[in-house]
Formats: sequence, structure tokens, C-alpha cells
Amino acid sequence: MNIKRRVFLGLALTTALTVPALVVSTDAKAADDDTIKIGVLATFEGAFTVLGEDGMRGAIMAVEEAGGETGGKKIELIKGSSDASPDSAVRAARKLVEQDGVKVLIGPLSGDEGLAVKDYAKTKPDVTFLNGTSAAQDTTLRDPAENFFRFSTDGAQWMAGLGDYAYNEKGYKTVATVAEDYSFPYTQVFGFMAEFCKAGGKVPSKSWVPIGTKDYSSVIAAIPDEVDAIYVALGGADGVNFLTQYQQAGGQAPLIGGSITVDQTVLGSKGKMHDVVIGTPSAGPIADNNDAPEWKAFVEEYKKLPDAFPSPSLFAHGYYVNMKAALMALDAVDADVSDGGKKLRETLAGLELDTPTGTVKLDANRNAVADMYLTEVAEGDDGNLYNKLVKVVPQVNQTLGIPEAEFLALGAVSRDNPSCE
Amino acid sequence: MSLVTVTRTQAGTSGILDRIGIGHIALAAALLVYPAVASEFFLVQIGAYSLIWGLIALSLMLLGGYGGMVSLSQITCAGIAAYIVAIFGTNSMNIHGFGWPWWVLVPFAVLISGLVSAAIGAISVRTEGIYTIMITLAIATAFFYFAQQNYVLFNGHSGYAGIPTPQFWGVHWRDPLPFYYLCLGVSVVAYVAVLYAAKSTFGLALQAIRDNPRRMRAIGYDVTAHKVLAYFYAGLIAGLAGVLLVWFNGRVSPGTVDVSQAIDVLVIAVIGGLLHPIGPFIGAVFVVLIQTFAIDIVGAERYNTLIGLVFLTIVFVSPDGILGLWQRLKPHLAQAPLRPSRR
Repeated sequence: MNIKRRVFLGLALTTALTVPALVVSTDAKAADDDTIKIGVLATFEGAFTVLGEDGMRGAIMAVEEAGGETGGKKIELIKGSSDASPDSAVRAARKLVEQDGVKVLIGPLSGDEGLAVKDYAKTKPDVTFLNGTSAAQDTTLRDPAENFFRFSTDGAQWMAGLGDYAYNEKGYKTVATVAEDYSFPYTQVFGFMAEFCKAGGKVPSKSWVPIGTKDYSSVIAAIPDEVDAIYVALGGADGVNFLTQYQQAGGQAPLIGGSITVDQTVLGSKGKMHDVVIGTPSAGPIADNNDAPEWKAFVEEYKKLPDAFPSPSLFAHGYYVNMKAALMALDAVDADVSDGGKKLRETLAGLELDTPTGTVKLDANRNAVADMYLTEVAEGDDGNLYNKLVKVVPQVNQTLGIPEAEFLALGAVSRDNPSCE
Repeated sequence: MSLVTVTRTQAGTSGILDRIGIGHIALAAALLVYPAVASEFFLVQIGAYSLIWGLIALSLMLLGGYGGMVSLSQITCAGIAAYIVAIFGTNSMNIHGFGWPWWVLVPFAVLISGLVSAAIGAISVRTEGIYTIMITLAIATAFFYFAQQNYVLFNGHSGYAGIPTPQFWGVHWRDPLPFYYLCLGVSVVAYVAVLYAAKSTFGLALQAIRDNPRRMRAIGYDVTAHKVLAYFYAGLIAGLAGVLLVWFNGRVSPGTVDVSQAIDVLVIAVIGGLLHPIGPFIGAVFVVLIQTFAIDIVGAERYNTLIGLVFLTIVFVSPDGILGLWQRLKPHLAQAPLRPSRR
């Protein structure tokens, strides 16, 4: 009896292991020639779910704009989901590449994921990776992967013009920073401080908080009294929590915002914060009230999508731009990736792209050079807050205009770098 | 509910074939030839990954099934082994990375994992039931936050990346086929060890303690020592899994040891069943398959709901997991239970 039972157990486990392998692997091979598979990796679970869904909207917009086909082949989108952790991003990427057999992959969404997927990309030289919105500097700057392209710029580029503006126009001489503790906010603080410190500003205190921090009292207590302003690079609920608690604690210092700090989630909230955030300068790859006709057309198209926000987030924009680049390049090579994507990558490297936010081209490390937008929170006629465009900083490159060798000598971004106390 | 009877197959009277069990032989054969039919993805991302999670869940099964102690901190032990491999071995972060050779590193990591597990056991052993779960969950959570905010040792949120899998005997062990067989080999050793331990004097005493600790104490057994030793053994298995996990990912970060991972271990063990050491492996295969492919079935928006519903259904239909389901469907085949039901 015992033996029989074990036989069955063994058989059950065998079946569980092998049958799906057989079924799915035949599936993958049966794909026909007139479709091209494109993987989209975004965060459909965890804290960044809403952002991932908006990124997906951007990717879908680019596909719809192309009429659902490129280079004469029908586009098949395959989604992969991560929870914003590097492990899950690589797992999802592996599934898309090794199981679903995509040759072009768009994603991921957040900083540390980007670093991990870049490392994975090196092991798959035949697959072409395009970034989603991950914006850590070293995804493309140091030790880049030959087949990883970023048409969406990094977090330091997004800060272009802000440090200068804070020092010269706003007259802030000392600034404390409060930011989340991972690679993307490091990159943002780096971008802000690069200009701010060069202009002569001082940053006496930097606070790094874990993602999802609820209680900021110790952080607020640690901010020196004499600072002229506080630079805040916190996303989503973290930003709302900090700003509310800072204002309740009687904090008077004006704010400077990171690219995802003073977005609609913060601006839409009620209460006294409404008055506090008015005048907060910020910078990023998009500006809500950009007057350029290309941007207005993009917003109109975006609004037609189900459950869309009043205005596209930088995640929708980033995925849109990268997907559009992929589709244009695929179109140019007749969606033929049978050569291991070599032609496709050559085309991508030389691509000059017209996006809703101006022209985008790549540098030698396959990182985008693009226009950046300096904004300031303002009150509209209807009493709602929005990010008013102050100025456009044209064609910002990854080294922020500093010669590359000099820029690399500044060292990799981290909690302690840069420093100007 | 009182006396313990552990099945001894007719070991004395029958041959070696029966002692091993035809089921085991069939299973071993299937697992050995599995690479012949599986794609690279199914070999590593499903096969090896399931074996690694099966190992972690096996360490929980050893505690929960034989010792009646449900510990949520097994992932913490695995995580500690993984961090040790990153810190004392090589990594690409230029932080620590003492470059110990693998044959020092691995035993060291596994031993520390065992000792940490024993320490966790020593703390939680005087609690029972839900309080054990709570105290081990607290330890797992505390370790996650500590790893996330400590930069001197754990390098905070980023953790360690670029951790190579060793190459020896002319084999690069992270290549799909060698890595699968490596995971399989480690799993088989751990599986056989657990089966053997369950029938050893220690294992019998442990099961007796699970069923009636007061009586065992009265007979003169050191109940605490038995439980702590069980935690130590479980820690060794979790440590082995942690080493394989860090080689699999090539990286370790606080996300590797967070609460959702701790819950995953419990889910795998419960889905598979705590009755027999094969349960955690069945559970792992099942959970890994559904977590990987649910997104293809229902799309990106709702696939976690599907995963949750399937787990709920299994636990609802069969409290003893897939193993129990099997026994319910074929009661006449399950004449010799491995241990008497406690319900």
C-alpha cells in the first residue's frame, strides 16, 4: 500500500513538473511569423502599482498610434509584473525573454530594478532592452550594457536647472534634503546638488528614509533650523505624509520638490498644505501646462484611455517614449530581429525621435539627451494647484553639461556623494 | 492524540527496493531526465527555483510537521546565509567581499544559519501555537528592517549584487543544467536527511514532544533541548537554500527576506502539506508555477487575486494541502498514514 501511494506521489510530482513544460514550450514555438512580440515590464503589484498602470497606458498609446503594427507585423504585447524589487524585476524579465521569447523588452519602472535588469541584459546579448522609466544614473553611465537603451533620461537630468534656480532666483543659500533611501532619489539629490553646490549653496543635512515611512517626526527634528529651504524627493504617500507632518510640526521653511514629489497626488489633497506648497519649484521630464502643440495632442490622446489621470504622469510619458522609439526602429528594419537584433540596435543608436517633449537622441552610452522642464506650483483660476512651466532647459545630457571624464570623477551617486556641507 | 506510532515499512523483511520505495525511484528518475524535456526556462526558473523554495519550506515542514512549531523566520535564516555568502565571498558592490573560497564559505554560511535558527528557537521555544508564529514573525520583520537600514553590514536597501556562483571541477555551476542538478542534489540530501531524522530516536522523541510535551518531560526528556536542536537542523536546511538562492539571483537585498517572502514559505508548506517531506516540494512547484503563469491567464491587473483564490480553495477543500487532498480523494490507498491525525 505504502509503495502504491509513493508511486502516485512520484507520478503526481513528475506530471506537475513536466506537463506544463511540454505544453508551454510548444506554445512558444508555435508563434507565427507575422507578429512581433514586445514585452512590457512594469509594477503591477506593490506600492508602485498605480504608477506601473500609468506606464502601461503610455506603452499602449504608442502601440495604438502605430496602428497596432510595425514593419508590417502585428504587435503582440506581453506584460510582466514586478513589485519594484530588483529580484522580482529580473524574474519577470527572465520569464518574458526565456519563456515568452520576446526579442524586445520595455521596462522596468523604478531605479534599482533598472540596475538589475541592465545586469541581466548583459547575459542576453540577442535581446534588445529599452528602459521604462527607471532613472538611476548608473543604469547607463557606469558599466553599461550594450543592448540596454534609455530614451527617457535619468533622475539627475530631470533636475536640470533646479539647483541654479533655487540659488539664484529663489535666493536659498542653505538647503536640507529629505529623500527615500534608494538609487533613484540618490540620483535626484545628486542632480540637484550638482548645480546648487556649484552655484555656491550649502547642504548641511541629508536625511534618507525607507520607502513607506509613516512617521517623520525624528526626520523633521533633525532638520537644522537655519536652512533656507528643504529639498524633498519623496514619492506618492511618502510625500503627502512628510509634508503634512512637517507643516503640523510648525515647519516654516519653503520647499523644493523632486520630480515625483509635487505631482497630482500631493497637489490634489485638501487642507492647509494647499497654501504651503504654492511656489514650490521642481523639475522633471514633463510639465503639465506645457503649451507645445505636440504635448497638448499627447494629453488629449492620453485622456481617452480608461481610468486615465487628468494629465499623464512621467511614467506614462517614459513608457510612451521608449515604446515609440522601439516601434520606429522596428519599422525601419521591417520588424526583423532574426539577426539577433543587431540591425535594430544600430537603428536605435542613431535614432532621433520627435516626442511630445521635444527631440530626443542618444549619447554614446545609449542614454537620452532631452529637454527638461523647470516648474513651479501655482494656483489656477479654479483654485486647483498645478505645476506651472517656468522654463525649458534644452537638450540636457547625462553629464549635465560637464565633460564626461570630470563628471565620472565626481564618483557614483550614494547617500554620501555628493556632499557640500 | 496520545501515543505516537510511526510507520516502519516492512524494512526488515523486504529488499532494498522496497525500502527506498518505488515512488521514490520513479520520482528520482523523472527528476533526472527532466532536463531532457524541459526548456532552459523550465529547468532553472521553474525547476531549480521550486527546489530552492521547497528546501526553505522543508525546513518549516521539519519544525511544523514533526515539532508542531510553525516558524515564520525560516526565510530569515536563509537570508542570513545569503548575506554571508555576499559579505564573505565576492560581490560587485566593492563593499566587504572578503573573497573566501566556496568550500569555506558555504559550510560557514550554513553553520551560522543553523546557529541563528537555534537562537531563534531558544527564544521562541517556550511559546506555543499562535504565539510562536507571532514571535518568529516579529523576528523576521525586525531582520528585514534591520537589513534595510543598516549600511555597515547589509548595505541597506540596495543590498549586494554581482555575487558569482563558484566554478570548480571544470563546471560553471550557474549554467542551467549544472545548477539544476546542484539544486536537485542538495534537495535530495536534505529530503533523505529529514526522512531519516523523522525515524531516528531524535525524530521520534520530537514527534512525541509535539503530541504530549508534559508526558515527555515527566519521562525525563529535555523538551527544550529537543526543540532547539530541531530548529538547528531546520536552520541548516534553510541555510543551504539561502546559499542556492543567492547564487540563483546573483544578488541579495532586504526584498529577499521581507514579510511577504516569509508568508510565501508558509503558503508553500501549507499548500503542499505538512504530513510528509515531499509536501513542501509539491507546494513549491505548484506555487512557483501559478505565480509565474497567472499573469498569462488573467492579465496583469487581477492575477494576484487568482493566486489568492486558488490557495484559498486548496486550504478550504483540504486543510492538509495537496498531500491531504490526495489522501482524501483516494482513501483506500492511504492505509498507512505517516502519523496519526491530530484533529
